[in-house]
Amino acid sequence: MVLNIKQGASSHSAYDLRDPNAQIEERHTLAVLVENEPGVLARVIGLFSGRGYNIDSLTVAETDHEGHRSRITIVTRGTPSVIEQIKAQLGRIVPVHDVHDLTAEGPSVERELGLFKVGGTGEHRVEALRIAEIFRANVVDSTLKSFVFEITGTPEKLDAFADLMRPLGLSDQARTGVAALARGA
Amino acid sequence: MSRKMTGAKMIVEALKDQGVDTVFGYPGGAVLPIYDEIFQQNDIKHILVRHEQGAVHMAEGYARSTGKPGVVLVTSGPGATNAVTGLTDALLDSIPLIVLSGQVPTFLVGTDGFQEADTVGITRPCTKHNWLVKDTEKLAQTIHQAFHVATTGRPGPVLVDIPKDVQFAEAEYVGPKQIPASPYQPKKKGDLDAITQLVELMERAERPIFYTGGGVINSGPAASQLLREIVDATGFPITSTLMGLGAYPASGKNWLGMLGMHGMYEANLAMHGCDLMIAVGARFDDRITGRVADFSPGSIKVQIDIDPSSINKVIHVDLPIQADVGHVLEDMLKIWKSRGRKTNSAAVQKWWAQIEQWKATNCLAYTNSDTIIKPQHALQRLEALTKDRDRYIATEVGQHQMWAAQFLHFEDPNRWMTSGGLGTMGYGLPASVGVQVAHPDALVINVAGDASWLMNMQEMGTAVQFRAPVKQFILNNERLGMVRQWQQLLHGERYSQSWSDSLPDFVKLAEAFGCKGRQVSDPAELDDAIREMIEYDGPFILDVLVEKHENCFPMIPSGKPHNEMLLSPEAGAFTGGGALV
Repeated sequence: MVLNIKQGASSHSAYDLRDPNAQIEERHTLAVLVENEPGVLARVIGLFSGRGYNIDSLTVAETDHEGHRSRITIVTRGTPSVIEQIKAQLGRIVPVHDVHDLTAEGPSVERELGLFKVGGTGEHRVEALRIAEIFRANVVDSTLKSFVFEITGTPEKLDAFADLMRPLGLSDQARTGVAALARGA
Repeated sequence: MSRKMTGAKMIVEALKDQGVDTVFGYPGGAVLPIYDEIFQQNDIKHILVRHEQGAVHMAEGYARSTGKPGVVLVTSGPGATNAVTGLTDALLDSIPLIVLSGQVPTFLVGTDGFQEADTVGITRPCTKHNWLVKDTEKLAQTIHQAFHVATTGRPGPVLVDIPKDVQFAEAEYVGPKQIPASPYQPKKKGDLDAITQLVELMERAERPIFYTGGGVINSGPAASQLLREIVDATGFPITSTLMGLGAYPASGKNWLGMLGMHGMYEANLAMHGCDLMIAVGARFDDRITGRVADFSPGSIKVQIDIDPSSINKVIHVDLPIQADVGHVLEDMLKIWKSRGRKTNSAAVQKWWAQIEQWKATNCLAYTNSDTIIKPQHALQRLEALTKDRDRYIATEVGQHQMWAAQFLHFEDPNRWMTSGGLGTMGYGLPASVGVQVAHPDALVINVAGDASWLMNMQEMGTAVQFRAPVKQFILNNERLGMVRQWQQLLHGERYSQSWSDSLPDFVKLAEAFGCKGRQVSDPAELDDAIREMIEYDGPFILDVLVEKHENCFPMIPSGKPHNEMLLSPEAGAFTGGGALV
């Protein structure tokens, strides 16, 4: 018997019929819009730890004070079926209003902010400043022996910056995790 | 009219407005104001339990047998932590419960106060949702919201944690109709295109099967009615999970019996060999699927479920329909009828011939005895002597539970209370009390094993106090029978810690609780003993001494596929597949 299902026949985003047996792990950025109430972040994190899902990064902040809404941006990793299950499980949490898979739903922009402390003197110091300029990083703190750079960009850009700074005396870094929005109106 | 009142009074008011007639609970320091209000009214009956776990299982029994949510009231700290097993049980079996817990006053929260526990934190993963109410202004609204969440969509347990000062403080009461509509509104109607595709599949299917679960029962009596109509009209075979027994009558002509690890041979082989599987409110639990990679390899799978996270979780389905089972069955029936009530009847007839062949195996066969009571025989006699009554069955967990599912026949939904997902030993006795409280005139029997029954036996006190004439039918093999069976079959007959030493004398125990007991070991006296149990006007413990080493067959050892079932030596030789006899 042949099943003739037209794509999107059951108009629920969770059921796009990708190859269920694909074992390739994908990286997905999820935007989870939640009621800003106590414990909501714990519910989301508890879901990931309780069911053994991965979190690459997570950011959360209130985005609509009047409407008591917060936006949680999660970067996660898993096979297609695991990603679908994560979205369905997130959607089941009572104070979760909406789950958007920014990776699957079309183009999106992702940005992360990082602070990098680089120590050094002489030529290393000059080189660090030169690279910072190429990356459009700002110096937000300076001593005679160190800089703190502030840089915004994709996680890959921040990784590249950190790799270049490492031989120049990178001693500390703090990163916010990814914030992301779908492109277009 | 101003309706200013204390938080404690508000709670009782809100319960009344939600139509609650019974609360199962246990008092303590942090809920004394609520108990004071309960004392001063007569609309809500309070059942005083002996342990909070018992309260939650009673509420589960109440909920499963009535279709209404069960309500529990416990104190802070140990009161709340004792409720955790019951909450988890209800979560896995989708039972609507509202648990109200007391909490230390807000100014003590976080100080490790006396009987303080982070109840909301502890119960977060074992409730559908929970709330800590910090302000009396929000209390009534939160309780109404709690009922909405527990009973809407896929049902489940919720918990409202209420600090003592919130109970004392006064605020304006709001009724259920005065609060803004909850944003939590899961969708009920199924996609008509998808349902039409399902009907097309049904028209063409050569080897179809309905695989139904607890979701049919949770959807309400109308869903069971529609299921019966559609199964009988199409002539398709139907099997059900443990949780779904009763949705389709066991006497129905298309009934194959339960499927799964201890399910019927014909049901499992039909699942394995079907070409169209229609899952209705069932979630492909590992006790159903066996080895996932070999599960029903040649079938198109359709799944109807209200919970999107149940779809494609374990088994990839070809046609998902996310909606309330009852609504989908209604649309499905309508569409199927309007398209001319077609089925591929010649092929389906052939399919039935194959199934009849499997049935001939007689997978429940066992060797009866004149000298010792076989547990299967005990249940067959219980079935014969009670089937014509208004009967509700609860069970504990283990071999007896599986035998009860195999040998007792359910004609209606909401008559079967068993701990399916969590497998909670100690569930049955309190659940039977909860059922009896909801149905005072019905015959309520807990089919138990000796080990499970001891886990919550203190609740016999509750049964006696509230004159709940529950019948405790204990199949006593002085063993943890299912553990022993696995050790025999899978662990080299090393019976590690699986016998019940120093069992109490159940007859004396019954007397000690103020009810009646009887022990029976002679098969010739079994009927008389069962009759005495049924006729006795009060709680009764029947201690049935059964064969100690009986194994429960058929059995799919965990991790094996459906067509590698173990059958009892007595079952007929199998013809037509690769099963181990």
